[in-house]
Amino acid sequence: MSQDTLFDKVWDLHKVSSLPVGSDQIFIGLHLIHEVTSPQAFGDLKDKKLKVKFPDRTVATVDHIVPTDNQSRPFKDNLAEQMIETLEKNCLEHKIRFFNIGSGNQGIVHVVAPELGLTQPGMTIACGDSHTSTHGAFGSIAFGIGTSQVRDVLATQTLAMNKLKVRQIWCDNKLSKGVYAKDLVLHIINKLGVKAGVGFAYEFAGPAIHELSMEERMTICNMSIEGGARCGYINPDEKTFSYIKNKLYAPKNEHWDRALRWWESLKSDENSIYDDVIKLDASKVEPTVTWGITPGQSISINQQIPLLDELSPNDKLVAEEAYEYMSFKPGQLIKDTPVDVCFIGSCTNGRISDLRVAAKVLKGKKVSKNVKAFAVPGSEKVATEAKQEGLDQIFKDSGFQWREPGCSMCLAMNSDKLIGNQVSASSSNRNFKGRQGSPSGRTLLMSPAMVAAAAINGKVSDVREFIN
Amino acid sequence: MKSEFTPPIGKISNMNGKCISLIGNDIDTDRIIPARFLKCVNFDSLGESVFEDDRKTLKGKHPFDLEENKYASILVVNSNFGCGSSREHAPQALMRWGIKAIIGESFADIFYSNCIAIGIPCFTLPKKSIEEIQNYCDNQSLFLEIDLKNSSAQSKDLNFNLEIKESSRKMFLSGEWDATSTLLDNKNLIENKFNQLPYIKFNTNIS
Repeated sequence: MSQDTLFDKVWDLHKVSSLPVGSDQIFIGLHLIHEVTSPQAFGDLKDKKLKVKFPDRTVATVDHIVPTDNQSRPFKDNLAEQMIETLEKNCLEHKIRFFNIGSGNQGIVHVVAPELGLTQPGMTIACGDSHTSTHGAFGSIAFGIGTSQVRDVLATQTLAMNKLKVRQIWCDNKLSKGVYAKDLVLHIINKLGVKAGVGFAYEFAGPAIHELSMEERMTICNMSIEGGARCGYINPDEKTFSYIKNKLYAPKNEHWDRALRWWESLKSDENSIYDDVIKLDASKVEPTVTWGITPGQSISINQQIPLLDELSPNDKLVAEEAYEYMSFKPGQLIKDTPVDVCFIGSCTNGRISDLRVAAKVLKGKKVSKNVKAFAVPGSEKVATEAKQEGLDQIFKDSGFQWREPGCSMCLAMNSDKLIGNQVSASSSNRNFKGRQGSPSGRTLLMSPAMVAAAAINGKVSDVREFIN
Repeated sequence: MKSEFTPPIGKISNMNGKCISLIGNDIDTDRIIPARFLKCVNFDSLGESVFEDDRKTLKGKHPFDLEENKYASILVVNSNFGCGSSREHAPQALMRWGIKAIIGESFADIFYSNCIAIGIPCFTLPKKSIEEIQNYCDNQSLFLEIDLKNSSAQSKDLNFNLEIKESSRKMFLSGEWDATSTLLDNKNLIENKFNQLPYIKFNTNIS
């Protein structure tokens, strides 16, 4: 059993009681809600005649269903309109802070909370969304929950949970040029597998992790769940603190000093005990692309799609399913695979640094005429910042469509969808069958820079050929 | 037509029913219920859309479309079932289709807690036993009697000792799987915790 890790410390700090059945009751410091997984929870509260226990500890925004082309109300899609109206009504009724479209603070919930300074070290954070693990980049313990648990947090600000085990993933050296956080996390998931993290929290550590910016750290923690780990985190450091400083909801003045003192004390002890430790060399990671139907099915840009014989018995079943669904042949190169749609956005890679990297690749170039390409900033703040830097113009000049913030084609709950068996190069997080809105649509996950390179060439490309 | 859906309440100790086998590893929640069906403010109509895209692809040959599985209630799956999104819509859709318990090699974490929270016990068995059940189901109907008290599953030909997390087992037997009221019992402890947490004091601009 782990001891003295950041996870242990934050868990113990938030433990309210040991429940009779043996699980722990854990206090949730920050609860984030959105329109998809909260309406039924509010409905339950009403049925049970319960109130929201600490309305100040819940913050709402709207992201999954928002259109990215025309956001005027009412939305063209009646169901989407009904969902945003329900959220508006629930937030008003229960006095919950809501960042609506046009507020200047709306966006994907996992982009918004960090950029507002709501996400802080040492907190427990829950949200009805599996990518809540993103917030672990700040040294918080953050995890996705379902709607019944959203109800429990609203009603009690606590959850009944079993403590997770802790696996440290130690990344030595640093990433090479043209290789990004997305490549590293895809690499990790490939090496460990998509279910290795079940029952674990992942602590990402080592020189390569220390080197990453806060936004890159968020990309890593965001995809913990794709490796099966409900929670992923990084010990906070100077970069964490300076990212938070002066954000809207960051502690101010004397409160800042107190916060900083506490945050600086929060990290895994040098001799802490982990349930498992994995070490890998980050300098060996290359630009990485998924070829299959799980985020674990990835290869380096110059590798061939694995042969069945090269895979472990457990991976064969899904590999066979993937060859067929993706129409790939074992042994085929992933490089030069033609793409139809290029998507830059999502809670994994829709932040300002992602747009900067992609814009650098796109500057002075044109998107292939066979490709539909679009960029969706992660939040209104990201969009504003991008415009101030002229990034939107670079995207538009290259032939990218520039859209309004939202989750968009990561899960295609709005009208941004693949059609038929189109192939997309996507900076998002899931390549599941049908994930991007068409039951036969095919998704290749990669870094935003790699998506930009694919957009220019109209096929999967090595971004390192663009940045020398 | 199936009989009208009634959600489980209170103590859950016995589940008897026909098994429906679904073969495949890493079956994610986007497959269980595609995202377009999440555009709803209640779960009522999700049952008919469970596995919608997989079922369309298989044109009537998907296990959830086979006549003989129409009244099945115990789902038998392979490893990492329910990976991906946290959408409770996935177990809700399964439950509203008629699933009352799931036996698998392994489950994704969030899917597992969602199942517990809505009253669907999830049991694990070694790969070999799951394959034994799935092979049996290929040829004939399998009716299992699950007894949560002893974590056992029995039929006329097969017997298994099921694995389930002890906390989950106790929750079902005591009826405390619907956690809200148990959590609320500790009202004072929750208040105390709130007052003790360092960051509540220095985050003065949020309240």
